[in-house]
Amino acid sequence: MTSSQPSPQSDAPALRLQHLLGIEGLSRPDIEALLDLSDRYVDLNRRAEKKMSSLRGRTIINLFFEDSTRTRTSFELAGKRLGADVLNMSVGTSSVKKGETLIDTAVTLNAMHPDVLTIRHGDSGAVHLLAQKVNCGVINAGDGSHEHPTQALLDALTIRRRKGDITGLTVAICGDVAHSRVARSNIHLLSIMGARVRIVAPPTLIPAGLDRLGVEIHHDMRTGLADCDIVMMLRLQNERMQASYIPSVREYYKLFGLDHEKLAVAKPDALVMHPGPMNRGVEIDSDVADDIERSLIREQVEMGVAVRMACLEVLAQSQLEPWAKNQ
Amino acid sequence: MNRTIFKNARLLDPAAGLDVSGAMLIEGARIADIGPNVFVDAVQDDVHVVDCKGLCLAPGIVDMRVSTGEPGNEHIETLATAAQAAVAGGVTTFACLPNTDPIVDDVAVLEFVERLGRDVGLVNIHSYAAATKGLQGKVMTELGLLHEAGAAGFTDGGKAIAHAGVMRRLLAYAKLFDTMIVQHPELPELVGSGVMNEGETATRLGLPGIPAVAEVMMVERDLRLLDLTGGRLHFSCLSTRDAIEAVRQAKARGLSVTADTAPPYFALTESEVVGYRTFAKLSPPLRTEDDRRAVIEGIADGTIDAIVSAHTPGDRDQKRLPFGQADFGGVGLETLLSVSLELVHNGDVPMLTVLKALTETPAELLKFPAGRLRKGHLADFILFDPDRAVRIDRDELRGKSRNTPFDERPVQGRVERTYRAGNLVFDIETAPAPERRRFPDA
Repeated sequence: MTSSQPSPQSDAPALRLQHLLGIEGLSRPDIEALLDLSDRYVDLNRRAEKKMSSLRGRTIINLFFEDSTRTRTSFELAGKRLGADVLNMSVGTSSVKKGETLIDTAVTLNAMHPDVLTIRHGDSGAVHLLAQKVNCGVINAGDGSHEHPTQALLDALTIRRRKGDITGLTVAICGDVAHSRVARSNIHLLSIMGARVRIVAPPTLIPAGLDRLGVEIHHDMRTGLADCDIVMMLRLQNERMQASYIPSVREYYKLFGLDHEKLAVAKPDALVMHPGPMNRGVEIDSDVADDIERSLIREQVEMGVAVRMACLEVLAQSQLEPWAKNQ
Repeated sequence: MNRTIFKNARLLDPAAGLDVSGAMLIEGARIADIGPNVFVDAVQDDVHVVDCKGLCLAPGIVDMRVSTGEPGNEHIETLATAAQAAVAGGVTTFACLPNTDPIVDDVAVLEFVERLGRDVGLVNIHSYAAATKGLQGKVMTELGLLHEAGAAGFTDGGKAIAHAGVMRRLLAYAKLFDTMIVQHPELPELVGSGVMNEGETATRLGLPGIPAVAEVMMVERDLRLLDLTGGRLHFSCLSTRDAIEAVRQAKARGLSVTADTAPPYFALTESEVVGYRTFAKLSPPLRTEDDRRAVIEGIADGTIDAIVSAHTPGDRDQKRLPFGQADFGGVGLETLLSVSLELVHNGDVPMLTVLKALTETPAELLKFPAGRLRKGHLADFILFDPDRAVRIDRDELRGKSRNTPFDERPVQGRVERTYRAGNLVFDIETAPAPERRRFPDA
């Protein structure tokens, strides 16, 4: 698609978002509009000519306080394919003055008049704090254990394209839910879209009050995965191992690692997802991860670029609206 | 000698069970007479007359739990700025926690802080001493020498005395001096890296939680130790239903245990944290509605003896941070009475019971000659309007730090005047307006 071609958004439902800080608080129509727009960008991304000009002249800054190669690259590609100027900034957080750096960085960047900031930070709520300090749109690219909305959207897009509809599906989210922002965003999104959500994890990796988010909780993969349509695996955060949330990786793999034997209790056409990066032989067996019949992991990455293009476009366009500037 | 009569007041003195219209006569620094008939008997030509116009006249508030930055972190709060906040809130006596820099764990530092407090002059300032050296929870401080030097009691401030053996020895040894060990009851192993109350809200926000049981277990453990050793044990800032129930049962068994709480725990819940408001990041954390109700019941039936401000100032560098990184604590001296009066206005606790928890009981626990309106006592008292509607505005606080969890809260009740030893130390009509420095919330 060239710049002369119509934007995929041209006939998309009008959607205005000042920021995208989380899935919680979005409506089903909001989510559907983002997914519809993303769908069109999937097609664009598969063409030889991928560049558009809908965000030409716009500035997008990827501000990552936490290392991330795949998410940052995905946002960078998304911005560039829309014709925006994209700047990547990685900011260390080792200093005790990291909070000061956080605010100072936001204020400094704001003075440069970016149109959208995509921010990743290791602390829950840090992106909300930054969003209060800037005039542009902010996308949460993952904050602590709180939310990672574009991951949930790309997961939803992946599911929708394979299954046709999310409503009525049974999705099992398995693993380290306690520390997972991906899990929280997915729980919200899948619930809003009418899926039945199960959580499968040892009790030590399930945060208190999770049942009140409308999910079923299982501690056994066989019951948790029984007859489900989607198995969504989470990365076991190895850095947490010191805190003794589980006795050992070996035991975890035996009880909660996904292999073909455990997957067999799910529906025959059940699909497997993982936000990456994977710990092979810890939460997932390589045979499952690489099974092209069952695994959607590579497709998730592809959908990520499309979803981020849609989010960037919606936010950048929303900034033109007077109501957004006056917030 | 200067004689002043405060007439036409609603006299409130929980220690005497007094709630009548009447007058109070002071001579110099002391109360000469008080009661419904004082006006008739006492007015003479040499008596200065103050018409209270129906305002409540009550003992000055005695605040058992105040942190300041002095010495060591004067940019956060000095004793002088804390004193200004105190008098604006009706506090005439307060006790500072020992978590300063240097820590108040030897006689020299204690005497230094007490002298700084005396130099401020505006209010009566006392200090606790650390229960363990360096607040490390390992080696007890020189309890006897520190007690002799005037320590109000012994505590490790916002840190729990976690080691059961150390706590046992502290309780046993402190018996020698009939002084209190003040515990901040939180089991550190269960607090872990938690930053708010554990539960659905923490899970939604992706914040690590502190379970209520961390408080309950420490309270229950310490009550066992108290049973074993005797002594006087005081729990600070109780916030959970089960811990309050444990104290209630221990009192019924005759143990010498007392407790306090602070306004956030009966006026707010964990929902204040939504939006990652770091001003609502407190220790212990704000709890559930059920816990909040239990705190109110505890105050009403006397299980909770005292209400404290738990004044913990924090500047913007400590509070304008992501929630997980921000310090715990909120200021409370100026809002202590106003928020406490909600208990009265809501019909949950009688006026005299609330005032008793703010005045008489804390004074008794710390053995301060304050907290009552008795003939011959120092005339430390306040005049307040219990019905005056005001909205708490952090920009109008007089302390140096303005991290109040009650910002923008409408309350009923305002301190009009504060007197210490017969001298007017705060008058809402004439006090200079605080400098409006906008402190961005985080």
